[in-house]
Amino acid sequence: MTRRSIALAAAAGCAAIFAAVVHPPRLRAQQEAPLPVHEVPVSKNGGTVVMLCDGKTSVEVKGLKPGESMPHAQAVEVARQLMEQWRREHPNEKWEMAKTDPSSEPPPVPSARSGAEAGTRPQSKGTQQGDTYASFTDRDYKVWKHETDSFVEEGKQLFHDGAAVGGTIGVSCDMCHPDGSNTHPETYPKYQVQLQRVALLRDMIDWCIENPVKGKALDPNDTRLRALEAYILAQRKGVALDYGKH
Amino acid sequence: MAARHKSVETKYMEDRDAVLRGLRSLDRRTFLKVLAATTGAVMAKSLMPPHSFQLVEVANAAPDKTASTAGMAGQPPFTFAYVSDTHLYQRTLNQRFVRAAVKAVEDVNALDPQPDFVLFGGDLAQLGRREELDLGRQILAEVKAPVKMMVGEHDWFYDLGGAWQEMFGPPNYSFDWKGVHVVVLMSVHEKDFWTPRNMTPEQRMHTVAGLDNGVQSRFEVGDDERKWLAADLAKVPHTTPLLVFSHSPLYKYYRNWNFWTDDAEQVQAILKPFQQVTVIHGHTHQMLYNQIGNISFYGMLSTAWPWPYAPSGLPPLTVQMNRADPFDQFDGLGDGRINVRADGLADKIYSLWDRNPVTVKADYLVSHGKTARPPAPQFASY
Repeated sequence: MTRRSIALAAAAGCAAIFAAVVHPPRLRAQQEAPLPVHEVPVSKNGGTVVMLCDGKTSVEVKGLKPGESMPHAQAVEVARQLMEQWRREHPNEKWEMAKTDPSSEPPPVPSARSGAEAGTRPQSKGTQQGDTYASFTDRDYKVWKHETDSFVEEGKQLFHDGAAVGGTIGVSCDMCHPDGSNTHPETYPKYQVQLQRVALLRDMIDWCIENPVKGKALDPNDTRLRALEAYILAQRKGVALDYGKH
Repeated sequence: MAARHKSVETKYMEDRDAVLRGLRSLDRRTFLKVLAATTGAVMAKSLMPPHSFQLVEVANAAPDKTASTAGMAGQPPFTFAYVSDTHLYQRTLNQRFVRAAVKAVEDVNALDPQPDFVLFGGDLAQLGRREELDLGRQILAEVKAPVKMMVGEHDWFYDLGGAWQEMFGPPNYSFDWKGVHVVVLMSVHEKDFWTPRNMTPEQRMHTVAGLDNGVQSRFEVGDDERKWLAADLAKVPHTTPLLVFSHSPLYKYYRNWNFWTDDAEQVQAILKPFQQVTVIHGHTHQMLYNQIGNISFYGMLSTAWPWPYAPSGLPPLTVQMNRADPFDQFDGLGDGRINVRADGLADKIYSLWDRNPVTVKADYLVSHGKTARPPAPQFASY
C-alpha cells in the first residue's frame, strides 16, 4: 500500500465514521417512504396487462409477451380501449379535456413562499375528472399545505446548519445566502461554465456542500437534498422570473 | 495584465471562439495551431497565480480651493487602510477564513507608502470565543502600521464583550489625526432578547450570528453612547472634518438582515452640524455607499464571504458589483484604502482581490451622483 493509498483509505474511513456519528435531523417518515405503486392484475391469457392512471381500469393485450413493445398504431388502440372502458364504468362522469367549466372557480394561487394560503382555495364542486384533482375538501387542502410547509421547514433548518448536511468547517448555506437569496433557482437548468456541463439546482447545492461547506455531496435521492431544494424553490415560488438575478 | 481580470465566463468564451475559428479550416498546419492555442489556454489557467493586491497610484487630490474655510487648514492629506469582517473560527476548524485574513494583512503590509494606520472593521471572530479573538489578534499583530480596532456583533454576543474588551480595550473611543477628528463607535448593541427566552450564551451568539432570523433585536448605538458621542463632539469645531467608524451602517438599509441601525437618525442628527462627515462601516460584505445630507457612507469589504444585495432598500447611489463567482473563494472579497484629502473629504478604494480595484471618489457622493460615477461591471451575471 503506497502512502497515497493509505491516506485515501484513512480519509474514506474518517468520512464513514463521520457519516455514522452525525445524526441526520428527524425527517418526515412520509418523505422517505417508497412512492405508491399501482398493483397491475396478473395476466389471464399470457399477454401483458396495461393499466390506466386511475389504478383500476385495465386491459390485457393478447400476444404481447413481457419485454415486448407494441407498434404505435396498436398502442393507440389500447389507449382508446382503456378510455372506452373507463367511460362505460363511469357513465355519469363528465370527462373534460383541457377546458375548464367556466362556472367553476379558478385553481388556487400559490403564495410567494410555501404552499398556498388557506382561504384562497375555491370551494371544490367535484364536477371535473372525478378523482384526485377535483373532489378535495378544505381539510385535504390544509393537510397538503401542512405537509408542504413542514418539508420546506426541514429544508430551512438544514440550510442553517452546516453540520447537518455533513459540513466540517462551520460554514452553513445561510452564511452566503440569507433567506435563500442569490440562489436564483428559477434559472436552472443552465450551462454552468465552471462545471463544463448543464447543471440543475441540485448540482449546485451539492457543489456548495462539497466545496465551501466541505462535506460530501449528497445522493440525489437523499431526503436532505430534496428538503434543501424544497426550501430554496419555496423562497422563489410564485415570484416573476428575472433571469440572471436573485 | 488586462486578461488577468476577465471573468471565467469571458475567458471560457474567448478560448471557445479561438478553437471554433481555427476549426473552420482544419488542415494539418491549422490543426497544430489550434492545438497550441488550446494547450496554451489550459496551461495559462492552471499556472495562473492567485491574484494579489493591486496597487493603484495614490491619487492625492490637490487642496480644493472651494473649501477654503473648511478642511484641515494646511494639514497634509493622509491614507489609512482597512481589513474587516474576517469571521475567524478556531484555526483547527476552518483554515479558509484564516488564509483570507492573512492575505489581507499581507496586502496592507505591501502598501508603499505605508498607511498611517489600519482600521479593523469588526467581526474578527465568528462565534465570539476567546480562542477565535486570540487567533485574530495574532494575525493582526503582523500588521506593520498601527491598528485601530472596532468591534462587531460576532465578537460581542458570546460573553457580551468580555474577552474583546480585555484584549482591545473600550469599544468606543476617539482621537485626532492630522486635523481630522476620528470616532470609533460600538453600534451593535441589542435590546435583551435572550433572557425572556432563557438562552445560553452559545444560543445567544448563534442567533446573532445569523442574518435571516427574526428573533434577535435590531442594532443600536443606544442612549448612553449617543450621549457620549454628543459630549465628545461638543469640543470639536464644526469646520473640523469628522471620520466616524461604525460596524453596522448608520442608516437603514434592510431591516430583516440587520443591515440597519435602529437609532440611525438620532446619530445622524448629532453629526449634522459638521461640514465634512465620512462614515466607514463593516457588516454588509459588499460594495455599498450612500449619501444622506452632509454625511458620506462607505461599506467595507469582508475577507470571509460576500453578501448578496438585499431585496430592497439599496441606496440609489451604490453602483452594484455583479454576482460573486462561487467557484472563486476570493471573488467579491478584499480590503481597501481611504485617502483623506487636504480638504477633509475622503476618496475610497475597494481593493477587490479578483477584480479591478474600484475608486469611489468623495466628489461622487457629495455631488449626489452628478460627477465621478464609479464604473459599473461590464458583464451581466449569468
